[in-house]
Amino acid sequence: MLSAESLKRIDREIAKFPAEQKQSAVIAALAIAQDEKGWLATETMDFVAQYLGMAPIAVYEVASFYNMYDLAPVGRHKLTVCTNLPCALSGGVDAAEHLKQCLGVGFNETTADGRVTLKQGECMGACGDAPVLLVNNKRMCGSMSNDKLDKLLAELK
Amino acid sequence: MPKLEIDGRQIEVRDGATVMDAANALGIAIPHFCYHKKLSIAANCRMCLVQVEKAPKPMPACATPVVEGMKVFTESEYARTAQKSVMEFLLINHPLDCPICDQGGECQLQDLAVGYGKSASRYREEKRVVFHKNIGPLVSMEEMSRCIHCTRCVRFGQEIAGVMELGMMGRGEHAEIVSFVGRSVDSELSGNMIDLCPVGALTSKPFRYGARTWELARRKSVSPHDSLGSNLIVQVMANKVMRVLPLENEELNECWLSDRDRFSYQGLNAADRLTQPMLKIDGKWREANWQEALAAVAKGLKNVRTQHGPETLGALAAPHSTLEELYLLGKLMRGIGSQNIDFRLRQMDFSADAKRTGAPWLGMKVADISRLDRVLVVGSFLRMDHPLVASRMRQAAKRGQQVNLIHATDDDLLMTVVNKAIVPPQALPDMLAQVVKAVAELKQKPVPAPLAGIGVGDAAKNIAASLNTGANTGVFLGNLAGQHPQAAQLQLLAQELAGLLGAGVGFFGEAANSVGGYLAQAVPGAGGLNAAAMLAAPRKAYVLLNTEPELDCNDPRAAIKAMHATEFVISLSAYKGYALEYANVMLPIAPFTETSGTFINAEGRMQSFNGVVRPLGDARPAWKVLRVLGNLLGIKGFDYDSSEQVRDEIARPDEVAAKLDNRLSGIALQIPPAAVAGLQRVADVPIYFSDAIVRRSAALQQTSAAALPRAWMHAALLDKLGLKAGQAVKVRQGDGEAVVNAARDDRLPLGCVRLAAGHPATRDLGPMAGDISVEPQ
Repeated sequence: MLSAESLKRIDREIAKFPAEQKQSAVIAALAIAQDEKGWLATETMDFVAQYLGMAPIAVYEVASFYNMYDLAPVGRHKLTVCTNLPCALSGGVDAAEHLKQCLGVGFNETTADGRVTLKQGECMGACGDAPVLLVNNKRMCGSMSNDKLDKLLAELK
Repeated sequence: MPKLEIDGRQIEVRDGATVMDAANALGIAIPHFCYHKKLSIAANCRMCLVQVEKAPKPMPACATPVVEGMKVFTESEYARTAQKSVMEFLLINHPLDCPICDQGGECQLQDLAVGYGKSASRYREEKRVVFHKNIGPLVSMEEMSRCIHCTRCVRFGQEIAGVMELGMMGRGEHAEIVSFVGRSVDSELSGNMIDLCPVGALTSKPFRYGARTWELARRKSVSPHDSLGSNLIVQVMANKVMRVLPLENEELNECWLSDRDRFSYQGLNAADRLTQPMLKIDGKWREANWQEALAAVAKGLKNVRTQHGPETLGALAAPHSTLEELYLLGKLMRGIGSQNIDFRLRQMDFSADAKRTGAPWLGMKVADISRLDRVLVVGSFLRMDHPLVASRMRQAAKRGQQVNLIHATDDDLLMTVVNKAIVPPQALPDMLAQVVKAVAELKQKPVPAPLAGIGVGDAAKNIAASLNTGANTGVFLGNLAGQHPQAAQLQLLAQELAGLLGAGVGFFGEAANSVGGYLAQAVPGAGGLNAAAMLAAPRKAYVLLNTEPELDCNDPRAAIKAMHATEFVISLSAYKGYALEYANVMLPIAPFTETSGTFINAEGRMQSFNGVVRPLGDARPAWKVLRVLGNLLGIKGFDYDSSEQVRDEIARPDEVAAKLDNRLSGIALQIPPAAVAGLQRVADVPIYFSDAIVRRSAALQQTSAAALPRAWMHAALLDKLGLKAGQAVKVRQGDGEAVVNAARDDRLPLGCVRLAAGHPATRDLGPMAGDISVEPQ
């Protein structure tokens, strides 16, 4: 189901917790699984559940709680724009609008060529750099003016 | 032991108690939804907010531990404001559709909204909509917009049922209760979620829109299915049972019911319910009145007695019959000169008969099971046979009870089982003997002579090591052990083991009156034939009480043959069933809801109950039918005015304990070899096929537990036989055969085939244990 490489990484996470509390590694395990698969399919979550000795539904609870887990396929890149209040006051909504126009998609949609998925995000704790967006869950970009957005889009292949 | 003051009243509580516990002890009601005394604390509904002196904000009573000198106000302006605010939030997204809600009238949200809600909502925006889900035939999730996210159902699954089948998906406003991506909820205790749901989100599918709670009369009763004797509240409208709810009894069912107890009522008024006495004349059935029918019965029995002798009469009774019915049937048979009566229809080994000191029973109180620290379960499909005993052990296992298992199948018990030995059925005595030997060696006590030659394996050593460290141990024999061809040997071994350990030992017991049947003397007297012998050597006449022999007997094929070979069959039953094929007279008797009666449960608790509705059609309580029959046959001592009178003749409640005794005397230990040549059958009775009522419950029959029986085998065995899982196979036992699908279960031991009994699909097969062969169809 998952590659040996991913399993090794998950095992490393499991080792951080007492043996009878393997399920504490569920967040990390899901992130690793998503890194490999691109998104979390039901079978992937089933596998993680079985690997950690949890009820599948308990894994699903976690996966559906956090924004960064994708329960449906996404494009090669995922842009998550914060639209919470501080960002919204500093142009977050405008930034999102600009992206929508450039990409021709709305929130939770993927461009026809499968390049970019646009998502609406929650506060990332960097309100001072508003508007903030997140690229592929890992890279955070701040003060996103339209110019910077265009540049960012250009570099996402 | 901190002291605190709630609403000006002092109380001292145990360490770690919460404000809610203290308030309950004082009889102060704090409004709540997510709190439940049997579940863990979630504190997510926030309804129980109270004012605590010096606390900067309202505190949830259910999750606030008591501290010395605490002052709590549950009804102050401050507390009331907090509670009312929470109620306003809870109602924001609630559809307020009480008039069309099945929970209306028995809804905690509705009740509390009267006290804490506003008369009109300030919320003008759109309410959220939550899509409905299908989680199976028992629990309805049609109106999930009503859910207030208390997570009682989720916690019930995790904590009581042992399997988390529901969960809360999403977060915040998008949170909703779901099963894992479209799966059904299959727990044998799932119906309790309906009771737990404080709103109308989870409702009972079979009961939905059947009645309003205030239209129902509530009557106490006792479950006729397993040997626990769960206490019931049967709710009745217009002389019809509408639904069944638990009556709380901390010593038996606590506040739970198994789905079998809860939903079996649907079978009471099944389509093939017998409502009129019927006579078969020249091969054709016709309805008759009671006088005619009873005269025909009396005449038929007398004829057989004069022509063939009284020893050619036999009576078979279901262990789900009431004490009074079983007793009067025995008295009737003895009155006409026959000792052939038995209620142990699924038993194979009768070598302990006449060697028993008393009636076999659980050996302790049901509640004592919770207090054991070591348990050995031998031969039990625990979750399916005794769902609430399994739940009790699951809770105890969490507190440190070590559960050990010796069994022929390895179904998930949904609890921690520290050691298990899964062996083919014929090897159960050998495995138990190994444990006995291992314990004797650990205790440095002499090993019983017949066990000298037995080699002790690691599995047995591990079990022995676990049991040996216990202070309070129980050894229990389950249904498979009781129905085992060497049941008496298993019992002797269990007793030997218990003796070494100073443990309690007993039988879980198969049915509501598995103990009561012995007390009612519904067992063969001197020279009488037991259930198996009566079928092996067919009688000339049979009296059947509450039973469908082709499904209730250990050897259904022998039962069908015997019924067809005999001259005269009288079926006293609530249903027509297969009796239409072979009976001569069918007498409509009342099921447990329509008669008064008594069950004696596994712990020897005598529980009498009254009928909750009038008998359907011309059906009559069986004890009355047997009374009239006794009089018609001219037998003395059949002048009873009430079922209580019959019961008192058997035993008064305080006399039961003295009659219970598991000891056997005069049987020698003799361990059969663990290895045999051919394939062996392992037969369970599926939970929803255990008795005539359950078999007719439409909703229960749609559950996954009621799926068609399959021939389960280990992958290696499938390969060896050249079979594939899913393929139709012909299964043979003696001259009986059945066609079922093969299925793979690698947890089964090699050399055995698991195939359910008690099911119409396997009624042409032979006994529940013994040689079996499987071939491609």
